[in-house]
Amino acid sequence: MKLGITFVLLYIVLAPFIGGFLEGLDRKISARMQRRVGPPVLQPFYDVKKLLNKQTITVSTSQMFLLITYLVLMVLTGALFFYGADLLMCFFVMSTAATFLYFAAVVTSSPYSSAGAQRELIQMMAYEPAVLLTCVGFYLAAGSFNVADIAGSKISNIAYLPGFFVAFVFILTIKMRKSPFDTSASHHMHQELVKGLTTEMGSRNLAIFQITEWYENVFLMGVVGLFIINSNIYSIIAAVVVILLVYFLEVLIDNSSARMKWQQMLKITWAVTLLAAGVNLIILMVVR
Amino acid sequence: MPIVPFLIVFPLIVSVLMFVIRVNKVRNFFAYISAVIIMVSAGALTVQWGMQGFKPMLLTYNAEVVDHVILAAEIILMILVTVLSFKYKKYWVSLLSILPTALIAYFELLGPALPEGGQIYVDHLSILMCLIVGVIGGLIVVYAVGYMHGYHHHHTEFEDRRYYFFALLFAFLSAMFGFVLSENLLWIDFFWEMTSICSFLLIGYTKTPEAINNCFRALWMNLLGGCALAVGIVYYGYNAGVVSLHGLVEMAQNGDKLAVIPVALIAFAALTKAAQLPFSTWLIGAMVAPTPSSALLHSATMVKAGIYVLFRLAPAMTGTTTGMMIALIGGFTFLVTSIMAIAQSDGKKVLAFSTISNLGLMVACAGVGTEETIWAGVFLMMFHAISKSLLFQDVGATENALHSRDIEDMHGLLYILPRLAIFMFIGIAGMFLAPFGMLISKWAALKASIDERNIILVFFICFGSATTSFYWTKWMGKIISASHLREKTFKDITKKNEVISLTIHAIMMIALCVSFPWISRVYVTPLIAEMFGAGENVLPDAILYTLIVVIVLVFAVPFFAYLYSKHAKVNMKLSYMNGINTGDNRKFVDAMGEEKTLWLSNYYMHKVIGSRKLMVPSQIFTVAVLLIMLSMIIGGVLV
Amino acid sequence: MANIKRSPWLLHYDGSSCNGCDIEVLAALTPVYDAERLGVVNTGDPMQADIFLITGGINEQNKDVVKQIYDQMPRPKVVVAVGVCACTGGVFKDCYNILGGADTVIPVDIYVPGCAARPQAIIDGVVQAVELFQQRLDEHHEQMKKEA
Repeated sequence: MKLGITFVLLYIVLAPFIGGFLEGLDRKISARMQRRVGPPVLQPFYDVKKLLNKQTITVSTSQMFLLITYLVLMVLTGALFFYGADLLMCFFVMSTAATFLYFAAVVTSSPYSSAGAQRELIQMMAYEPAVLLTCVGFYLAAGSFNVADIAGSKISNIAYLPGFFVAFVFILTIKMRKSPFDTSASHHMHQELVKGLTTEMGSRNLAIFQITEWYENVFLMGVVGLFIINSNIYSIIAAVVVILLVYFLEVLIDNSSARMKWQQMLKITWAVTLLAAGVNLIILMVVR
Repeated sequence: MPIVPFLIVFPLIVSVLMFVIRVNKVRNFFAYISAVIIMVSAGALTVQWGMQGFKPMLLTYNAEVVDHVILAAEIILMILVTVLSFKYKKYWVSLLSILPTALIAYFELLGPALPEGGQIYVDHLSILMCLIVGVIGGLIVVYAVGYMHGYHHHHTEFEDRRYYFFALLFAFLSAMFGFVLSENLLWIDFFWEMTSICSFLLIGYTKTPEAINNCFRALWMNLLGGCALAVGIVYYGYNAGVVSLHGLVEMAQNGDKLAVIPVALIAFAALTKAAQLPFSTWLIGAMVAPTPSSALLHSATMVKAGIYVLFRLAPAMTGTTTGMMIALIGGFTFLVTSIMAIAQSDGKKVLAFSTISNLGLMVACAGVGTEETIWAGVFLMMFHAISKSLLFQDVGATENALHSRDIEDMHGLLYILPRLAIFMFIGIAGMFLAPFGMLISKWAALKASIDERNIILVFFICFGSATTSFYWTKWMGKIISASHLREKTFKDITKKNEVISLTIHAIMMIALCVSFPWISRVYVTPLIAEMFGAGENVLPDAILYTLIVVIVLVFAVPFFAYLYSKHAKVNMKLSYMNGINTGDNRKFVDAMGEEKTLWLSNYYMHKVIGSRKLMVPSQIFTVAVLLIMLSMIIGGVLV
Repeated sequence: MANIKRSPWLLHYDGSSCNGCDIEVLAALTPVYDAERLGVVNTGDPMQADIFLITGGINEQNKDVVKQIYDQMPRPKVVVAVGVCACTGGVFKDCYNILGGADTVIPVDIYVPGCAARPQAIIDGVVQAVELFQQRLDEHHEQMKKEA
């Protein structure tokens, strides 16, 4: 109980810093991959600081309230996760949070932001099966949906769940809005969608969105770590290493692939989910 | 308990009354009064039963007379169907009515003498069904009074037969009460036929060629189920010498081979009533009927009859081939129809598809047949009944005001018809958003299907819930988007009684969401215990606390966020349209320098996943599954 | 005082440019010059931009567009005219459809001359714009303090 609350507090306080730092690394590494010097590692924090200092603007008055709800629900998702609560509930709350992001984008009735929002919905549809199946995998491997129980398993769960790991890392590309699946927000410059579902978010609203993304990324990285972590305390080091590797992999994919259409994204994601997680699931059900 | 026969007979009397009174005002008055009486007596039944300790009770009445009355009524229904099918030249449909009725009549008159037994069974499940039928049915009647007035005002091309409409509504309520309270399978069969025929007549209310076509489709599909039911009952009656539902379930639980075929046949019948694939088309066709009947029959109550039967049979199906068949069909229906729902833009069609889809999940829960799945299924049923009834009524009211029920036309509904939009929002939220019950039910269903090692169902649930949230979120987004430029202004012409019904539904929805951990402990856990003997608490404490946190936050956060953002100083900007926004976010300058109106639309992907593409293949698949598994079941027993 | 100098986000708008300056603006982001090391991001969205980089002169058709995009940017904001056409209208100045430089419709803060403007010059212009950007925020804060 006490440990759980400590973790939650640590998450709430540290997650934005870790998330921002990871994003800074991301930008630096991307730049180096393109043979550029790149921005300082702390650049994301400078950006958010600037956004918070600018004039507050909006297209629709309700956008800010929807975005704040998105932020708080995402924090709740991570808090539940780091408290050691039910993993499936975490993802349910996460999908509710994502719904609020969708609302924040469509509430403006702006063409670019609505088009981005529609694609965001398709992204949600693409990744949700893999996310739920990951929970199923953990349940089979560890016998419980509880994050605390899963983290306390004797052997690292990835031993049972390699297929689920592949599927989860695959959809992580969607969740982290990385190319080739960044169909909804298009973070690379000058694309047909302007800024996708963030088009109408400026200054403070964008800062809220950005911070939420950090919270979300830390939560997702936590799930990646959950594959590795076990009752041995040193497994935390292994988990951190794997998290950094996965993060690097995402950056690499981001920089080496062109964007896909949503049709391709949906097909490929579902196919990978079915194949990797599905086969793993069938084997696991027979074994355990 | 005299209140039980009262619940069944009273609506029937009112039904006759409705048919006789031809003065609208007087009839409306009586309809209100009777609806209230029905709601109150459903509550009174609950209270009376609760005073006696919430124990399951078997009630016996002087059966001889009643049995004959029921047989006579069944024959009358048969004659009605035969006459109508000859009138509309669908001769073969009459066979589906004549055969089972003849079979039942033969069995009852010339079959083995049946021992005297109880005919009415009152327990947690039947009381829950009574409450759903009574309260939601009653509210729908209240709503219907206002709605039908507006309906005939707009649709002058249809003959005003409201006396007939209300007579059918009440007759249907009577049948429903009879159905969920009966223990005697012969009674169940009669009430089953009665609900089928009420639905048939209501779908054909407008008498347009489309309505006639659809109502006969509904009729033959439901009667086919009725045939299976009759055969199952007679088979069981001949072999076991009794016709009690609980006897059948007990027999199956003891592993008696005799029970296998009746259980399979009755479960098959339930599939038709619950509009599972391949029988889903009747429910979609039923949407031609006026909205109250769609709400009452095709989402909130009648289709629940199928679910009710499956829940009753659930302990008998645990781990059997029948259970597997039911779970497979249910899970498949859940996924496929939710995909089809994505491609629909007609609000009522989306509701129809999502009804089938959600019923599929409940059917799958029943098929797996463990404590957890039934727990999940019962909650799904409660949430579904309230929110679907709310949504149907709301779409109906919106259609009256907007002259369209296309979701695309509901863009910015929050600003055009705020009251209806809020109700719609609550209803949709109840269908899929955390912390409303759908999610927690999905949680339990998923957990149980993993525990049962039902891989296919796990996949269906995972993929199905992704597609389900897609179409709901899409719809919700439409409602809250800033409104388009419209040429007309719209007026909220919702009648007061419609608003009353909608408000009560919305309150019930939120109350159910907030109090559902409590309901689980107080009501649903005993229900499970009754069904399976020893019942444990399905909802672990850890989940319960998590849920409470989520419930509090999901309600509190938007509220405080709203208060905060209301006082935040913001500068309004035009939305980004490459600098050619004409100044009100609704128009832009086109290449010729003229103003064009902006019109946003959702993704429907109907070319890829439309019901035209998916319906036939999935019907073929499910027919094959049903044929193979039924022959496996029946062959397994007979050989 | 909040330091916001490290994060200038640009909005690049092409008026009636010959594309010469546009290429040079993009060149400033390439590995050779790498404007991102200064925190520069080329957003396509006025809501998220701090510095409005405009190339080419203003014509009858795009004057409203430029005005609207400028209005959509949240304060503090800085406008940089890149290339001689954006500064004065350049060789197109006397064309029937050209109104002149960017300052005919919106207030321009920094003028970066050249035909086409060199990437070094553009980056230099952005650096000056950043100073102004910070200065405007400081002024705003001071004013707020006085009012309070």
